[in-house]
Amino acid sequence: MLLQEATTGAHALSGSIAEWVWLIPVLPFLGFLINGWLSMSSAAHVGPKDPSAAGHGHDAHGGAEGHSDHGGAHGDDHHPVVRHKYAGIVSVIGPAVLLLSFGLTVAIFMAMLGVDREAPFVRTLFSWIPAGDLHIDAALQVDPLSMVMTLVVTGVGTLIHLFSVGYMQDDPGYPRYFAYLNLFVSFMLVLVLGASYPVLFVGWEGVGLCSYLLIGFWFSDKANADAGKKAFVVNRIGDFGFLIAMFMMFANLGALDFVGVAAAAPGMGFNSVLATTICLFLFLGCAGKSAQIPLYIWLPDAMAGPTPVSALIHAATMVTAGVYLIARSAFLFSLAPAAQLTVAFVGALTALFAATIGLKQWDIKRVLAYSTVSQLGYMFVGVGVGAYAAGVFHLVTHAFFKALLFLGSGSVIFAMHRAYHATHNHDDAQDMRNMGGLRRYMPITFVLMWIATLAIAGIPFFAGFFSKDEILGAVFARAHESTLAQVTLLGIPGSTLLYVIYAMGLAAALLTAIYMTRMMLYTFHGPNRSGEKEQSHLAEAPWIMTGPLVILGVLSLFGGWLNLPDLIPFGPVGLLEHWLEPVVGAATAVVTGPAEAHSVITEVYLIGAAVLIAILGIVIAVVRLKPTRLVPKAQAPDEHGFERVLREKYYVDELYDRVIVRPTVWISRNVLSTGVDQGIIDKLLVTWVGAGIPRLFGWFGSRLQSGQVGTYAWVLLIGVIAVLGAFTLR
Amino acid sequence: MLAESLALSAVLFTIGTIGVLTRRNAIVIFMCVELMLNAVNLTFVALSKVYGMAGQVFVVFVMTVAAAEAAVGLAIIIAIFRHKQTVNLENINLLKG
Repeated sequence: MLLQEATTGAHALSGSIAEWVWLIPVLPFLGFLINGWLSMSSAAHVGPKDPSAAGHGHDAHGGAEGHSDHGGAHGDDHHPVVRHKYAGIVSVIGPAVLLLSFGLTVAIFMAMLGVDREAPFVRTLFSWIPAGDLHIDAALQVDPLSMVMTLVVTGVGTLIHLFSVGYMQDDPGYPRYFAYLNLFVSFMLVLVLGASYPVLFVGWEGVGLCSYLLIGFWFSDKANADAGKKAFVVNRIGDFGFLIAMFMMFANLGALDFVGVAAAAPGMGFNSVLATTICLFLFLGCAGKSAQIPLYIWLPDAMAGPTPVSALIHAATMVTAGVYLIARSAFLFSLAPAAQLTVAFVGALTALFAATIGLKQWDIKRVLAYSTVSQLGYMFVGVGVGAYAAGVFHLVTHAFFKALLFLGSGSVIFAMHRAYHATHNHDDAQDMRNMGGLRRYMPITFVLMWIATLAIAGIPFFAGFFSKDEILGAVFARAHESTLAQVTLLGIPGSTLLYVIYAMGLAAALLTAIYMTRMMLYTFHGPNRSGEKEQSHLAEAPWIMTGPLVILGVLSLFGGWLNLPDLIPFGPVGLLEHWLEPVVGAATAVVTGPAEAHSVITEVYLIGAAVLIAILGIVIAVVRLKPTRLVPKAQAPDEHGFERVLREKYYVDELYDRVIVRPTVWISRNVLSTGVDQGIIDKLLVTWVGAGIPRLFGWFGSRLQSGQVGTYAWVLLIGVIAVLGAFTLR
Repeated sequence: MLAESLALSAVLFTIGTIGVLTRRNAIVIFMCVELMLNAVNLTFVALSKVYGMAGQVFVVFVMTVAAAEAAVGLAIIIAIFRHKQTVNLENINLLKG
């Protein structure tokens, strides 16, 4: 079969259901059009008052800094809650289009199972940019990697859409919310399915736009609008890198589609400056989109958006686009070991750095935000050391457990907000110091959140254990023997660097276990600190919200089975790795060199160390942190010393403000605006050159106009004589 | 005969040109322009002896156009006179820059 297909030239999937792949992004786009239309056509509508909903509406809402920004939400407390008049139809369309996309994805996935997957199936829709040598098709690519991503995006996306139906039910912007969410998924699918860098870039920018729109969803509060703007601007820096990388690829390789670039890339040469530069620029793009040092600062602020948005965009899908891009560009990165080491080191640094900040955050969503940054760092370590399958594996399991954690926190905030709303309390519904003991009021969320916590901490047999362990194991193995270990980065031998990365990864794993346990203890254990009256209003969220949580809980429990290591063969070993083999196998082989089997003993030690670290973290947290000693936010004492530094996130935002933002504003105002625009352009170019020179010539010209017809006649005569003379004497 | 005719027309043309350049009265200048036109007409007629009938045909056209030009030109001069009470071109300098 393999050979037959190769000789006939047609791809095994041509003519199959995979031809309909374009419907996968188009369906959510239709949802966007319908929901957007419903939103716009009802913009000025005030619906009938629903007495049953009155007083229970919520616009649970994340604050950028946790203080003043809650005014907007609470300001609405005394308004009667009005469910949107189109809420019913939007609740059907929003999730349904995603479910259809998911169904189609599963069908295509099934079709792929039986056939040869060595080459990607490219479905060309139309010629998009035909311009001289540059020819870009609007084409989608079906291959194992894009299928994994599409399954995650549509699958987890559907669950989060369902959760949103409950979470956002009383929001006046309900159709607008689903319009944006559908549009986001549509662009995300273009991103993961695109068959070339420019098509991917369309999705890349599209999800950036939707991220901006959804972070600033409650834009009437300036802090939220600012957070959206921050995300947008920081991402532009990364996109600049991505664009430069694309320009360089086109200039040097003459192609921009994945197949073409993969074919031309080896011509650049192994470890060449060109390959390294392209990869580093690509990584700059990834660092922006996936919130890595130094561009991670936008992600924690992005929590200003509705919580399901944080789950979908800022945890499960969009922020993993950078990891996907590197896995997709594996053929480039395998040529640039220096760039790979950079990616891995930045990833490890981010993982550790963000984890320390996560230790001292009080806003439940901020803990999860820093945790996301940290876990993204892990994924970059994975793809950085050429363990692309492990990186993608962690991406998938992380999508499960982090979506669960975010939706669980959404469920908690929903309950807290409802309780505060009912009692007209204006406290912070997201601050963990105001929570406590919630396990008695919301048992389902409690159990599921613990599953996700154990998964992210790396406790054996939960999803995160397998993926995290695989990444750490790969780093250790690469440090021991690989092409990466033989190169040097800035004078540091690769081998040493990889051992350092391994140690940083372990340290980050320890911190992960600590801050996650801390979050659970403060939220669900100990006494309740929300107040006497509020306690009677605390309750579990409706089934439309807990249902998706349960499914994600199951996935967080068993997600690890996607890629079991040889050591723990409860089932088929290395499914995902085998599945991704056609896409990243060759690139991984470049790094590992001749297949070297890690000794079983070492592997047991590695896994043992990881497990020990995870358990140690949880134990430390349980022993050291006493939720009973916590007091509500309003009475909480101020932190001092290093605790304060951590709470203030190492003052990185302040540092950027001083070093980058303010000088930029100063230069813009005093040099570019006053100096260049008003001085050089307005005065020199416009007033002097643009207006002065024509006036000078005009003055000379006007002197010639005496107004005397006689003079003109003389000039005419002289002219005629001159012309005649010129002709005669020639 | 041809040489004499051409010489005469050259003399007439030069007189006309000098008149246009040196005189200030619009009517006189106008007459000088007519003189130049007729000098050219004479050249056409003289040369048609050598080059065929086309020159004579051309003269008819020139005279027709000259008649039209005279009508329009005189009308303009009358309009100027009504406006400024003079036809001295030194006083008419609206084109001055």
